[in-house]
This record gives sequence, structure tokens and C-alpha cells, in this order.
Amino acid sequence: MKKIMYQEIVDRVASMCQEANYNLGEDVFEAFQQALRTEESPVGKDVLQQLVDNAKVAKTEHVPMCQDTGTAVFIVEIGQDCHIVGGSLSAAINEGVRKGYGEGYLRNSVVGDPLNRKNTGDNTPAVIHLEMVEGDEITIHMTAKGGGAENMSDMKMLKPSDGLVGIKDYILDIVKDAGPNACPPLVVGVGIGGNFERCAFLAKKSLFRPIGERNPDPTIADLEIELMEEINRLGIGPQGLGGSTTALDVKIEAEACHIATLPVAVNLNCHASRHQVAIL
Amino acid sequence: MPKSIKLPLDEKTVSSLRAGDQVRISGTVYTARDAAHMRMAETLDKGLELPFDINGQVIYYVGPTPAKPGQVIGSAGPTTSSRMDAYTPKLLELGLKGMIGKGYRNDQVKQAIQDNHAVYFAAVGGSAALIAKTIKSVEVIAYEDLGIEAIRKMEVEDFPAIVINDMHGGDYYQEGVNIYRKTNI
Repeated sequence: MKKIMYQEIVDRVASMCQEANYNLGEDVFEAFQQALRTEESPVGKDVLQQLVDNAKVAKTEHVPMCQDTGTAVFIVEIGQDCHIVGGSLSAAINEGVRKGYGEGYLRNSVVGDPLNRKNTGDNTPAVIHLEMVEGDEITIHMTAKGGGAENMSDMKMLKPSDGLVGIKDYILDIVKDAGPNACPPLVVGVGIGGNFERCAFLAKKSLFRPIGERNPDPTIADLEIELMEEINRLGIGPQGLGGSTTALDVKIEAEACHIATLPVAVNLNCHASRHQVAIL
Repeated sequence: MPKSIKLPLDEKTVSSLRAGDQVRISGTVYTARDAAHMRMAETLDKGLELPFDINGQVIYYVGPTPAKPGQVIGSAGPTTSSRMDAYTPKLLELGLKGMIGKGYRNDQVKQAIQDNHAVYFAAVGGSAALIAKTIKSVEVIAYEDLGIEAIRKMEVEDFPAIVINDMHGGDYYQEGVNIYRKTNI
């Protein structure tokens, strides 16, 4: 059985946290360039140019692109034929977050208790989702998820009779209500189906897919494109100052659900769509 | 061309600003976000003085990242202003003249901006590494135990922002979106 050392996970996670916050992904950078070519509003263009310049400074100077360096969220696929030596997986991930955020001068943005709201001082605990898969590898997907866009996210149990029209109306309402607050241009993550908690997870999971990569199901892929066009007709624009670039992409994940239900979740991501992958 | 404005804000400057004006701000600003606002509200409820003279001042809603060695401050972009809405009308009554953040304000804040002749600016959210370069000095002046949420006094030079809500009732979030909306939703 393949052995994976605790410390190896710690070090990889630490470097993922810093990379995610310093280096805007090529997919987002390319989406900014594309938006600069198509944006109709001069103010919107200025905002997009500022974001491009900001990403360059962050990358060159190794500083966070945004002061909200996020909650560290992980989806980990664990091969059932591997063995972690030296400690638990969740302890290794949390130690990696502690190290990455501490040594990388990233902001600690987690309170240990939602009511007394005292900062834990090391950005832990991370949010960790585990999935068992075949094989002997561990694939770690990480995102640094900001609070502003998370706050404008939403979930609703629709009725099956609401259908596709109901789903689209609901998603457009959420994006419209978020306006400038979620830091557009957005990546809109959508979960459809599953059950109450699974649907929210699907919306989050969709955000790990790079910009421009469509859902493999052609029907869902068409819906992603259609929704993106409709969202960009809302006029919200970069930073909500008006314009034709409100979403850089729409991502949808769909799954089986109960005969009585139609859960839909919308997880908004600001333009700082920061995701990393490591395979151990 | 952006307008250059100097802080503290006087009545003439505030009155001249209109929703949609691009500005470059220079002078002293105070930082405060969720926890500092909550504590300021508690202080006022007890009948005590705020930790700085708020009259004529500007508050920047920000919780910066820690400064790396050699930096004045870490990355320092705006946070969402609406979380401060519950506390803002009272601060405006006490003489607060301006706020820098991002996102919508509620109707009470917009009314208080008009009633007290103040202004609300937005900076570009997520442009935190660039914005940090306009911050020339930083000093924690109150609530140090709140860490990143402590109140800091900052000197800024040509800090880039846009007027969202002016004292005349202008609202650039509404005006900007109305120009580019192509749907009736």
C-alpha cells in the first residue's frame, strides 16, 4: 500500500494557500483580457484594467491580490489504496493552512465561534470535504473563498413544477440582488439536485472547475452558456458600476434528487477565483 | 480626469461631489470594520467618547493583510459596506463626513448621507495590492486587541475611488446599471 507522509501534505497545502493568493490563475487572467475586449462601459474597462494591473503586482511582489485571503476550502479525493503516515489527514491540512497563512503574511479571517466571534489567529479550521476514490493517490483541490461573495450566496428548495424557468429566474434574482456586493465580475457556481446539503456542496464544487471549462453534459453546458448571457444582460458590470461584464463564467453541477424536490444553490465567487490542485 | 480631493472633507468639497465622479483621495483616513463598529456603538451606548474625533473624518472599511518586512501595510482593499449600515447613521450624526468601501448602502444610510452632508465612495474590491501602494503610513490608534479589525490611522496619497452616494441623493450603482441593462428582469 502506498504511503503518503503527513509532512508532505502539510508542505503542499502551505504552498497551495500562498500560490492561490499571490498568483491569479491563467484562466481568470485570460477571462479579464477577454472582458477588456468586450466590455461596453469605459468605467467598467477601467476597473478590469485595474484588476489586471493588481494581479501583476501581486504575482511579481508575492503579495495577496486581495486582503480577504479567504477561508481555505478543500475537496480531497483519497485513493482507497493509500495510507497516510504520521497523523490524520485533517490535522495535516489544518497544519498546512496554519503554516501557509502564517509564513505567507496572509490574513487570518476565521472566528472560532460564530457567536462570540473571536479570531482563531491562524485561519483554521479549514473547511474540508472528503471523497473516497479508487487508486492510491490523494488529489487535493483548494480554494481561498472570500467572505463578501459567500455572503451573497443562497439556496432554495424549488418545486419540481418550477422547472427550468424557475431555476433560471431564481439564479438571476440572486445575481441581481448581489449587485456590487459580491465583487463582480463573478464566477457563478450553481448546484441543482442532490438534497439540501448536497446541493450547496455541488454549487461550491462547481467553482473548482477552471473558467471556460464546460460541464460534460451538453444540456447542462448549454444552460451554463445561456445563463451567462442572461446574467451579462443585467447591466451590473465590473464592481456593479454598470457594464456588460457581470459574470466571467457560470458553472453548474447537477445530481439525482428525490421525486418531490428540486434543490438549487447559488454560490457566488468574486473575480478573485483562486483555486489550486495538487496530486500526491 | 479624476478629481483630486484633500481630507479632512469640508462642506464645499462634499457639496461639489456627484455620483459617478472618479476621485483621488489624499490625507488621513481611519480604518474600521465589523468588530470596531460594534465596539464604537457600545462605547456610544455607554455615553463614552469615541477613541478619535470623528468630526469631518473619513472611515475606510478595510481589514488589511499583515505587512511583509519592508512594507507599510499588506494588501488593503475595501470590504462590503452594508455590514456597517446598522452603525453608520449615528456616526454621520456625530460628524463623520465620508466612507470608503464597496457595495450597496441601505435607505437609512443614504438618507443620513443627505441629511448630514456626507459622501460614500467605493474603491475597487479585490484591487488590494495596488491600493496598498497609495497608503503611506499606518498606526493602530484603538482597539489593538481586535487585530486586523483594530482602528488604524492611515495617511493616503491619490487613493483611487468613485463617488457612489452623494449628499444630493445621487446613487451611481443605480445610474450605472440603468445605462447597461438590456433586460426587464
